Parts: sequence; C-alpha cells; structure tokens
Amino acid sequence: MQQLNALVKEANELAMGTPESEADRMLQICNACRYCEGFCAVFPAMTRRIEFTPSVVNYLANLCHNCGACLHACQYAPPHEFGVNIPRVLAQVRKDTYMTYAWPKSFGALYKSNGVVVSVAVSLSIAFFLLLSAFLNGSLSSGPLDGNFYAVFSHNTLALMFGAVFGFSILAIAIGLAHFWRGISAGAISASAASEATHDALTLKYLGGGHGDGCNNEDDAFSLWRKRFHHFTFYGFMLCFAATSVATIYHYFLGLHAPYALSSLPVILGTLGGIGLLIGPAGLLYLNLQRNSEHGDASQKPMDRAFIVLLFMISISGLLLLAYRDTSAMVALLAVHLGFVMGFFLTMPYGKFAHGFYRVAALLKNSIEKRQKNHLQFGAD
Amino acid sequence: MIGGGNAALCAALMAREAGASVLLLEAAPKEWRGGNSSHTRNIRAMHDEPQDVMLEAYSEEEYWQDVLKVTSGITDEFLARLVIRASSQCRGWMRHHGVRFQAPLSGTLNLSRTNAFFMGGGKALVNAYYRSAEKLGVDIRYESPVSSVEIQDGKFIAAYIGDERIEAKTCVLAAGGFESNREWLKEAWGTNQYGESPADNFLIRGTRYNKGVLLKQLISLGADSVSDPTQAHMVAVDARAPLYDGGICTRIDAVSFGIVVNKNAQRFSDEGEDFWPKRYAFWGRLVAQQPGQIGYSIIDSKVLGRFMPPVFPGEKADTLEELAIKLGIDPKALQETVKTYNAACRVGTFDHTILDDCHTEGLEPAKTHWALPIDTGPFYGYTVRPGVTFTYLGLKTDETAAVRFNGVSSANLFVAGEMMAGNVLGKGYAAGIGMAIGTAFGRIAGTQAAKAAQTLNQSQGAEHATA
Repeated sequence: MQQLNALVKEANELAMGTPESEADRMLQICNACRYCEGFCAVFPAMTRRIEFTPSVVNYLANLCHNCGACLHACQYAPPHEFGVNIPRVLAQVRKDTYMTYAWPKSFGALYKSNGVVVSVAVSLSIAFFLLLSAFLNGSLSSGPLDGNFYAVFSHNTLALMFGAVFGFSILAIAIGLAHFWRGISAGAISASAASEATHDALTLKYLGGGHGDGCNNEDDAFSLWRKRFHHFTFYGFMLCFAATSVATIYHYFLGLHAPYALSSLPVILGTLGGIGLLIGPAGLLYLNLQRNSEHGDASQKPMDRAFIVLLFMISISGLLLLAYRDTSAMVALLAVHLGFVMGFFLTMPYGKFAHGFYRVAALLKNSIEKRQKNHLQFGAD
Repeated sequence: MIGGGNAALCAALMAREAGASVLLLEAAPKEWRGGNSSHTRNIRAMHDEPQDVMLEAYSEEEYWQDVLKVTSGITDEFLARLVIRASSQCRGWMRHHGVRFQAPLSGTLNLSRTNAFFMGGGKALVNAYYRSAEKLGVDIRYESPVSSVEIQDGKFIAAYIGDERIEAKTCVLAAGGFESNREWLKEAWGTNQYGESPADNFLIRGTRYNKGVLLKQLISLGADSVSDPTQAHMVAVDARAPLYDGGICTRIDAVSFGIVVNKNAQRFSDEGEDFWPKRYAFWGRLVAQQPGQIGYSIIDSKVLGRFMPPVFPGEKADTLEELAIKLGIDPKALQETVKTYNAACRVGTFDHTILDDCHTEGLEPAKTHWALPIDTGPFYGYTVRPGVTFTYLGLKTDETAAVRFNGVSSANLFVAGEMMAGNVLGKGYAAGIGMAIGTAFGRIAGTQAAKAAQTLNQSQGAEHATA
C-alpha cells in the first residue's frame, strides 16, 4: 500500500505542470464559475463533468476553436493569482493530441518544430521537381507546349507519385483519428448528431462568439474576420479539391485529357478556389500577426504560419501556372507548383492541416453527448 | 466620473450621449479595471411577459416583495421601485453599448425567471462599456485613485489625485464601498464577545481597490449617509480563497444540502430556510458572528453532484470522526451534533428544486427544508469564512442621484453604485440587485450630471453676456 501511495505521489508530481494537469486545474475553477457558458461548446461540455481526466481534456481541447472570448471575459485570467488562460492551455493540449495520435507514432515528433519541418519538406519537394523536370525535359524552359503538363511529366508518373503520397497521408490521418475517437470514448453516432456537427463545422459556429459578433483577435473587441477568412480558406481549398476530382473523372471516365479550356469546369473551380486560397490565407496571416500574445500557444505560431503560407504559395503558383501555361516558363512554374503541392501532401498528417479532423471529431462527440442525459443535477441556484 | 465599474461607466456613457465631455478616473490599472462589476454575472430585471432571455414574468410587485423580504424592510420603497422599473427598460441600452445577454447558466434554475445573464459575465460587460466609452470619446484614465474632493457649500469644485487638481462642472461618485479597507472594517466590527476582532478573518471577494476614501471624506464633510458600516453583502466562502478577487468560484453551495457547524461543532442556523440564491448572501454574516469566524459545511455522499462543484476539493473521510479530525474540530461533538440532527430529520420527498417537505422536528435551530440525515459515507467537509462582496454604508440620495448635505440635494455632485446601494439595500441581498441599482442610478447620475453641466454652461454664458 505504501509503495502504491509512493507511486501515486510520483505520478502526481510528474503530472504537475503538464498542459493536461494545468487544464484540469483551470477547468475546476471554470466549473465553479461558468460565466463563459454562452460563448462556445467547451463550457457546456465542461458542466457535464466534475472530473477532468486527460481523455476529457483532450476532447475539450479539440472542441476549443481558440476564439479568445473566455480569456478576455475571465475574472481569473492573469494577473489574477489563479492564472486562468483556457485558450492557451487547451492549445498546448492540442499540440499533445496531435503528437500523441500521429501515425506512425514516432512521426508525432514532427510537430515539435513544425515550421522547420514544413519548410524543409516543401523545399526538398520543389528541388526534386525542378531537377526531375530538368532531367526529363532537358532544361527548365522550353518552346510553347500548349499548356500540356503531360509533355513534361507523364500523367501516370504524376498520378502515381501524388496518389501514393496522398493515400499514405490520408491513411495516417485516418488511423490517428480512429485512435483519438476511441481515446475520447465518443459513443454511437446518430444522424441528427452527425448533421449538427457537420453544420457546426461548415459554418464555424464557434468562431461566432455565441452572440454572433465573432471572436477576439488583438483585444477584447469581437470581429467576424477570422471566421470569414477561414471560410475563404476552407471553401477555396474544397473548390481546388473539387477541381482535381472533376479533372480525374474527366480523365479516367470521360476520356477528356488536360489541358482543359479556361471555360471548363476544372479550370473554373480551380480558379475560384485559388482566389479563395489567396484571400483566406492572406487574411488569416494578417490576423495571426496581429493576434493578442495571450491567445493560444506561442510555440505553435510557426506551425500555423507555415501552413497558412504554404496554402497561399500553392494557390499563387497554381494561378501563375494557369496564366503562363502557354509560355516557355511553364515547365519551371509547373515544377514549383507541384513542389508546393507535394510539400503539402507530405506534411498533411503532421501539421496544422490535421486540426480540422480532430476538431470535427470533437464537434461530433459534442453533438452525441448533448443528446444524452446529463446525470449531474446541480440545483444550487 | 470617479470610479470605473458598472455604475461609473453607465454614468459616463449617459453623460457623453447627452453631449457632456467626460473624464473617467479609475483607481485600478487597466488589467484590474471595473471593480466588483467584473465579478458579477447578471442583473435582476423586472418584466411583465417573456422577453428575449427572460422567462415568464417578474412583476414590479413581486420584485418589490423580494426586496422587502431580503432587507427586512430596511429599504426606501420609492427608490427601490425606481430601480425595479428602470431594470425593465435598460437592456436595450446595454445591448446598444455592446453588452450581450444569454440564457441562464446551468445550475441557476431559480434565477432563470428573474435575472438576465451577461454573456461571459461582468468582465465582458465592463469590457464592452469601456470599448463603447472609448469610441464615444470618453477620456479614460487608469491608475488614478482620487484622494479627495473639494466641496464648497454642497457643490463639487474639484477632485485631487495626489497633488493633481482636476476641476469640473459636475461630478459623479461611483467608486464603490470600503470593503477592501481592512482598517475600516476592523474599526466597524470592533471586538466581539469572545474578545476577537472578527474582521481579521474576513476575505474580500472583490476588488482590492475599494478603499472607501471618498465615502469617508464625504461623510466627514457632512454628506447624509445610509445603512451602517457593518452591513455588507457577505457570503460563506472557502477558507482557502485568496484575500482579494476570489469572486464567485470560492462560494460554497453545499450549505442547504447538509449542515453547517461552528468551531465547537454546533449548528447555528437553519440551513434550509429558503432557496440558496435567496440565502447565500446571509451566510457570510452568520459565520462572521460565530467564534473564530469559521464554519464547516458538512454533507454526505447522497447529495454529491447536486450543487455547483466547489473550486477546491473538500476534506473527505469515510467516518464523521475522521472528517472532524481532518477539519480540526472535536470528533465527539460533531458525531453528537449529527446524531441529534439525524434523529430529528423527518424525511418526506426530497426535491431540491422546490421548498420540499424534508424538515427537522424538535431541533434548535430547525432545518426547515431539504433535511436528509447525514449517514452515507464518505463524508465531505468544507471550511468556510466570511467573504465580503461589498459594504452597504453609503451616501443618502434621491431620485436625481444627488448627494445630500443636511437634507439638501447638491446641484452638481451625484452618486451611483455601491456608494449608494445602501439606500435600497439596508441589509440582505437578492442575486443581481447590485447591478440593477448600479445600472439604474449610474444612468440617472450620468443624465443629471450632464444636465448640471449644461445649466452651469448656460449660467456662465449669461454671466458673460451681462459682463
């Protein structure tokens, strides 16, 4: 028994000061206060509990959209001796989530210096495609190729390379997500829960601040711009994804091969998406630079910014490629664009991109548990 | 405007909207601005029918009866009704200045009909008002504690921040009570029958900046006052709460689910007299009157999860004896108290959402509702101390929020918030009424101050014209 006590004590000491134990400490304070219940889903979910185990903290952390409202409204925020900063501690826990659930596990370490990881992955990818096209094409410039990318790389080469990396990345994300889902013991999914979670994710409901005025950025004032720029980014990305999917269908099922005309569906979707992916990331980067230093986890800023810049570069290189596809610059532009895309594909499961998947899983769990009976029956007030 | 909480901000906004140029002097640095308003969460609001976040109806008469009951009649009906009526009309204006309301918080069942909750609580409200004030061009100075005011024949002349003299045509005092002035509290509470200085054991739930400097000065200058310096909003708080700014989360809400004993392990009041929101502000005072100003809230496992989780874990033990030892009280005496209490319990149908029929018989003091025997281990105990939210000693005022000297209203000195809440609250409290008083009188004071400044402008204009 004494030995057990000693072990428990040791474990407690080891747990002291970890983001998870700090989150537990702060959430106990929040749960006795509850003023922030109206802002988002985190606090109502908190009130269903009186204990905050690592699994619960993991779930709440990924439910948090880091809007900042609860920090500015907090009577216990620094300089108060309780030092409550929920957006920061939950951001720190999220980083642990990403690292813990990354697959293969050892790759979780790539989150530690994620800005460097993304930069290196992208640089190597670009270098690789430049060298490859120089090798295949003899040089990086050429006579006009009528916008035919496959004159540089064969369709099959591209499909194989990108398909393999994309497939692996999606598999890695799926495995991580499945572990996470089990870890937060989410329960059975009903249609209404799924539809609510989808709605909350697609509308970024919880960047609305509960009152619809938006979230905080540099100070206690609310703004809808983060929500809007995120929409530009997300829907821009989805349009680009749609463009690629339509092009795949054209290629394999309709026998319609690239290059596609400017008026074709893939080009229209890709162009619109590309514009979204310029406006959105540019705005998000601006807001990120203006962001109050008390929000979130400073050590993750390089990861956030690397991802934002990467999306922007994918888009601008893609649009330049479209604009100059009929010129001699096409080969070099194509290599650069493919390099950015490959860099993105490689780091998908090990960078900011993953946040969306964990967020959606947490939203889904939230929608599931909201439909379950709350066994706590507080009636004090 | 002297002060930086809800009342001062309401006054500043109203005066600015009326065209006055406004300087707001907040004693605290920016990160601690807002005084006790930052710790509030709702406003008690009259409504005759369901309105936005407010359910059903809460009539003027019912509101007034609640005020009458909690104050035992030590109130001013005219001013109380003024506040009540104003509370039904202020939310649109509050929204206009950025305050957002929300559905009642979980665990606040009994307040859902009577109180409108601020989204994010009082600090979010304070932030919204400061943003609006800045936008409207109110000049805001932090770390500017006013040390004295210059009064001549009942008229405000100037305020001093140390050596700096600030003249103004008119002034609103909204600088809070004196609860963070420990010397004054000590003086007011004196020595009790046990030879103790009770105030030494008080914790302050709110700001450390409410020193009552101007309250003291005004009273010494002959301003009429109300209430007495021992009256205050006092809550039983966890003894481990910080000395200042513990706010809401240090409250112990377990009281009506068990018993509360003093350091001799004896009960001293009816724990089940009424719903907790109507009673919690009495328990600080009850504990303050006990020897050592300490109490122990004792519950058993049956009622876990029925009250808001406390911020610090309580002592836990499988037997009452062990619990008493952990709490530092006499185990035999506690066992005896619980035994007597348990034997007196007449358990009917327990329901903590109504005034149920579980009560004691032949016990002194009785527990009139929610009386369940304490018999299911593990047992839990919370040590409580008196936590002062704000003091009620204030300046007497009238429907114009004017400060009065020997029954005569000052032409240009007004008062709002905790500095005059004692006009309505001679004693006792009902949740959300402080914000109702602060909002109503802050707005009146701001309007009247702007009017006074305008009158002065006109008379000065006339002087220039005749000169």
